[in-house]
This record gives sequence, C-alpha cells and structure tokens, in this order.
Amino acid sequence: MALELLKERWSSAINVLKVGAVKEEGGTRASAITVGGQTTLPFLLDEGGMPHRPVVAMEIFDVAPLEWPVSLLEPFGDAVKDPVKWAKKCINEFKADLICLTLKGTHPEAENISADKAVELVKNMLKEISTPLIIIGSGDKEKDNDVLARCSQATKGENCLFGLAAQDNFKTLVASCMADDHCIIADSPIDINIAKQVNILITDMGFKPEKIAMHPSTAALGYGMEYVYSIMERSRLAAFVGDKMLAMPFIIFVGQEAWKVKEAAANVADEPGWGDERMRGPLWEAATAVAMLHAGADILVMRHPEAVATVKRSIDSMMKGNND
Amino acid sequence: MALSGLEIYKHLPKTNCKDCGFPTCLAFAMQLAAKKVSLDKCPHVSEEAKKVLEGASQPPIRLVTIGTGENKLELGNETVMFRHEERFYHPAGIGVLVEDTLDDNALKSRIDKINKLKFERVGREIKIDLIAVKNSSKSAAQFAKVIKAIVEKTKLNLILMSENVGNLKECIKVAKEKKPLLYCATKSNYQEMAQLAKEHSLPLAVHAENLEELADLTQKIVSLGVQDLVLDTGPKSPRKKICDLTYTRRMALKKTFRPLGYPTIVFTQSSEPNDEVCEAAGYVVKYAGIVITKGAEPWQLLPLLTVRSDIYTDPQKPVQVEPKVYEIGAVKKTSPVLVTTNFSITYFTVAGEVEASKIPAYVISCDAEGMSVLTAWAAEKFTAESIAKMLDTSGISGRISHKNVVIPGYVAVLSGKLEEESGWKVLVGPKEASGIPSYLRSMAS
Ligand code: SF4
Repeated sequence: MALELLKERWSSAINVLKVGAVKEEGGTRASAITVGGQTTLPFLLDEGGMPHRPVVAMEIFDVAPLEWPVSLLEPFGDAVKDPVKWAKKCINEFKADLICLTLKGTHPEAENISADKAVELVKNMLKEISTPLIIIGSGDKEKDNDVLARCSQATKGENCLFGLAAQDNFKTLVASCMADDHCIIADSPIDINIAKQVNILITDMGFKPEKIAMHPSTAALGYGMEYVYSIMERSRLAAFVGDKMLAMPFIIFVGQEAWKVKEAAANVADEPGWGDERMRGPLWEAATAVAMLHAGADILVMRHPEAVATVKRSIDSMMKGNND
Repeated sequence: MALSGLEIYKHLPKTNCKDCGFPTCLAFAMQLAAKKVSLDKCPHVSEEAKKVLEGASQPPIRLVTIGTGENKLELGNETVMFRHEERFYHPAGIGVLVEDTLDDNALKSRIDKINKLKFERVGREIKIDLIAVKNSSKSAAQFAKVIKAIVEKTKLNLILMSENVGNLKECIKVAKEKKPLLYCATKSNYQEMAQLAKEHSLPLAVHAENLEELADLTQKIVSLGVQDLVLDTGPKSPRKKICDLTYTRRMALKKTFRPLGYPTIVFTQSSEPNDEVCEAAGYVVKYAGIVITKGAEPWQLLPLLTVRSDIYTDPQKPVQVEPKVYEIGAVKKTSPVLVTTNFSITYFTVAGEVEASKIPAYVISCDAEGMSVLTAWAAEKFTAESIAKMLDTSGISGRISHKNVVIPGYVAVLSGKLEEESGWKVLVGPKEASGIPSYLRSMAS
C-alpha cells in the first residue's frame, strides 16, 4: 500500500525583500540581494518553495571594537581599524553576501562621531564595496534620528537596509527611508503582538510592506534563543495563513548576541572543561545561527569568519536537492 | 487518537439502556470522543470493543525507554509539532559513536573523553546520554570486548550496532542489564532481530530507506510482539533527513498513523567538525529522538547540548534564576552592586554585560516571578519594597563596604522610595543592559 504523507499547503507566502540597487535601478551595487518568498516552513522543500536562500551579512563597526574577545578579533588583524578595509576583507576573503555597518561610534557615550563623519564613511563604503549595505544606528534614539536620516539621504537610490525602527521611535527613520527609497528593519522585543504592531505603524505611514525586514529580537544560544525561535515559528505560521502584517522576512543579529556570552568568549584557561575557545566561539555563533535558520531566518548578521563559513555550508546542505 | 463520536458509537452495544447516565449510546459516544467521560461508565461494552477503544487512547508516539535506573533515557510521547503549542517533553538523547576497531589505548582515551562530556551551565548540569558502539570489526569477540570496557567505564546508556544478528546475540549478555537499544532490524533480518529483542525485552531500532518501507516493517515487527521501536531512515542529505523527521512526527500526530508512531534516531553525515554539530543541531530542533555524532570534543558537545536544553524548555514557564546575590568576576568589598529581576534572560543579559565590562560586580536578582524589569514593575512585582527587602535579607551588606545600589534605568521612579525604605543610596543605571559596561567604567573612574 502506498503511504501518502501529509503535506501542508499554505495559502500565503512570505514577502520578497530586495536589498541593494544596481545601475539600472539607480544604484551602484554589482548585484542586489533577494530574500523571502517562502511558501513553506524552513527547508521543507517537498511541500513548498524557498525561492531565495537565506544570506549572511558580516557585521563591521565604524570604530574598532577592541573590546571583542581575541578569538574574534584575530582573523581580521589590523583591518578592524579601517571599516572599508574590514568590509572588503569580509567580502573578498570571507565571502560575506552583504555588509552590515553598525555606526556604534556615533553614540554620544561612545566616540560621539558626528553625523557628517558617518555620512562620509557610508558614502566611502558604498564607493569601495560592491555588495548591498545594511546600516544600523548606535542605539541612541536622538542621535540615530539625525545620523540615519542623513545617511539615508546621502545614499538615496542605493536601496540600503536601515535599522532599527522600534515602536517608540520609528517615524523619522520611516520618513527618511520612504523618501530615499531604502528598506527598513522593524524591531520588536520578543513579542509577536508588538512585532505586528510595528509593521502596522510603519506601513500606516505609507511605507511598502515588501521593503520591511522584521527583527523579532535576537538571543544567544543558551540565553533565551528558544523564545525568539518560537516567536519566529508563530509568526511564520500566521503569515502562511494570511497575516500580511507578519509576512516580512526575518533579520537576526546572531553575532552581536552570541559573542556576548561566556560560552563563546571565555578562554580555555578559565573554563578548561569547555575546550579551545578558538573552536568553541565560532561554533557557538554558528549553532545559534543554525537554530535561527530552522526557525525561518532570512538574513543572518554574523561576525566570525569561521562561523560564517560554517553557516554558509549549512545553508548549502539544507538547500541541496531543491529541485529533486 | 481522536476517534470521532460516530466511530466510537459503532463499537457500543447500541441498546440505549441509559446505564451510563446518558439517554442514548450515541450521546455517550459523543461525550467519550470529547474525553468528558471514561469508557468504564458503560457496563455493557464488549471486551473486543474495549480493546479497540482503549487502543485508540494510546499516545500517538510511543514512549520508549533505553537503559534503567536514574540514568534511563525516555523518548517519544511527544504531542505537538511546535513547541509554542504546548511543549516538547522528552529531550532528544544525544550520544557519541565508538567503533570497535579502536585499539586498547585509543578506546581508553575515547571513553575518557566521552566521560568528560558534562557541563555546568546556568546552574544546571547538561550531559550526553548515550554511546553507540559499532561493530565495524565484524568480529563478535572484538565487539564483546569493547562493549565490556564501555560498560565498566561509563554510566552512559548504550546502543549496540551490528549488521550481524549472530554477533549481537553473542554480545548481548555483556550489556543486557543496561537495557541497550539494539541496532538494527531491517527488511532482511527483522524476524531474528525481533526475536532477540523480545527475548531480552530490549528496545529495537528499525531501519528502512524510506518511510513507506519503514511503516511496513514496524507493522511486521509489532506483530511479532516487539513494540519498543526506534525509527531510522539511514544516511541521506540533511535536508531529506529533516523532511523524514517532520513527516514521521506529523503522520503520528495528525493522522494517528501508528506504524510511524515511534521516536527516531539519526546519525550525522558531515565529517567536518563544525558542520557535524550544525547538522546535529538541526535534527535536535526538528524532532529527532536520538542524535549520534562522531565528534566528541567538548567545544562540539557544549553547543549541541545547549540547543537541546533550549528547545525542550517549557515555553509556558518563564525561566527563572534563583533570587540571590551573584558574584561576577573577582569581586571586592568596594565592588558595585546592581539589582535586576529573576527572569533568566534579564538576569543573564545583565550578568553578561557586567562580565563583558571586566569590572567585577555583584548582581542581585530579586524575585519578580520570572518577569522582565518593565513587566515586573508594571505588575508591581519589582517594587521599592521588594528591592529593599532583598537588600536586607540577601546578606549583601556583610560582603561589601559601601551602601550604593544601582537600579535599572527603566525603574528610575523607584529611587526616592527605595532610598527611604532601604537606607541605601540609589544610583540609576542605564535603561538597556548594553549600557552597563560604559556605565560601570564611568562609575569606576
Ligand atoms: S450504558 Fe452503554 S449500552 Fe447503555 S446506553 Fe450507555 S452506552 Fe449504550
């Protein structure tokens, strides 16, 4: 007797999000990055499609993150002191699909780098690299509203992905991104209702839903990863049955969370039972990313080259046989 | 399974005698289907019907036990496809492969290494559950020798793997007290394997290349009297494997398809050490019952075991840490004191930032019923009174030479009241934990 497997067929798809613009579209990128469009839960290619594979962005800073653990700084060498050099290394050597530039140094309590300087860096970055660009503020609301608005204006037509727009601070960024035709990241604090609410607030301003990526929060493996995992699954299931305000692709900031925890960062001298941190750290980041992939992540923002390479191989192996 | 009222009705006496307290057999059947009454309320139901109806109330995925005593590993009996619907109940067994071709020294060092695969994190011990011993030598004597060494040197549960039923038969006496999983029954050997499993009451792994053949095989084995089965669809790409695992779970839960209503076992295919862990992590989050890896390095197993603890956490229960004083780094009497709630994510985020700052500090987690700072404050679980009480009863005063406490920026409004209640000087910290390092640094200078 032939066994008939129960296959799910969903009525709705995840939005297709395109970041970056090529010359014909008014930008200067060599090619754009497209994610989303799924009609199935992650990698169940027997019952639906994943027309665009998940991508990995590598995260770089405007100021050298000397507080990073040695095991994370090492692979970049001196390049961390020069954002453009750093970005190029990520693209050419480490095969990043795109670059995420976090303007950490603009924070008033950090280097308080001016908006002018940030604009200069972003423009220079776009001139020197050919991949699409994600641009993230420092987390200081007032400063971000100034810096990101200026960066948005200066990169008009490049279709960058800007973030973060949150429930209590979205208007300025949404207005800028809309005027300059960029994409935006809608941020929410591990709460599906707020995630939906932010998407509603943003689209209510006239912003196109297919230019939004959702950030449902990120948590490291062992530090609440499962909360994010379940929010993502719930959100996807709702989108598949027609909730348009949850149908945005996910962006997950894996590197930033994974490298905070001591399981990734601690020296083997401090935790002899845990093994070499040069192996452990990147794997902690990669394992966090893989769990997020299985929950539906579309854009992973990562840090360690070894973790990036591992996750890219993992994506390859999960997408293999897409058409068989 | 969910039999419908009508299906149940077919098996009832249909006399409408009302002895069950319902006006008709059909009414009773409806209540049964809704699980509002139990079958024994009808005194007239036949033995045969009882069997059918009780069989239908078996869990859709059988609970299978490997091993004995407190180390035993229970698998299966899962109820949902997604953890947010309820929870995942029986954490996937994680194990490491040992081939019996290792020489004495290599075997000894492998066992030593495996025995160290336990970790203390977040105040909990996590460890692997199994060793899968593979009869790669094809020799019964060698297999027996290696199994014996493992039984003597570890408390871990066992999977005995051989293509040769004769070898398994011979070696079983060395390990049968440990109630190992026998691996595995196939199309060609299932009769003998079932016989062996039955004789020693052991769980049995069943292998076929696809789910259809697997379902066919389990039915045959069940009819031979062996019910504690574990399913294997053999080596294939990780993506196909995830499909197999998903469809097995879905058929069991959504269709009550008993021939696939068993836990599963997966062996990693990747040989690159990082890839292997990522592959295994995918299986753990997507329904695998047992995952066996070749790698046995601590830096491989620590993340893999953590993926398991995360995914099998009860999503209904906010995860809490014990409300008490935690020392981060080499604290001194002058080190700063920070308070936060006992919601584990909140606590660990704060603790992580303090650690990242490299400035030793005390972090006090206050009992806020596992809520985050803002939620707890709104629910009045994180108040001036409760913080003051914690400062008073936690014994922090005896450990430091100052009386300054840092509260989260979001509850700055509590400052005045807390100073009054506690007599401590209250400092308002940053709103977000990410601001802690710079805050602590500026405090120190
Ligand atoms: S006691 Fe049994 S036979 Fe009598 S009415 Fe109820 S279900 Fe029917």
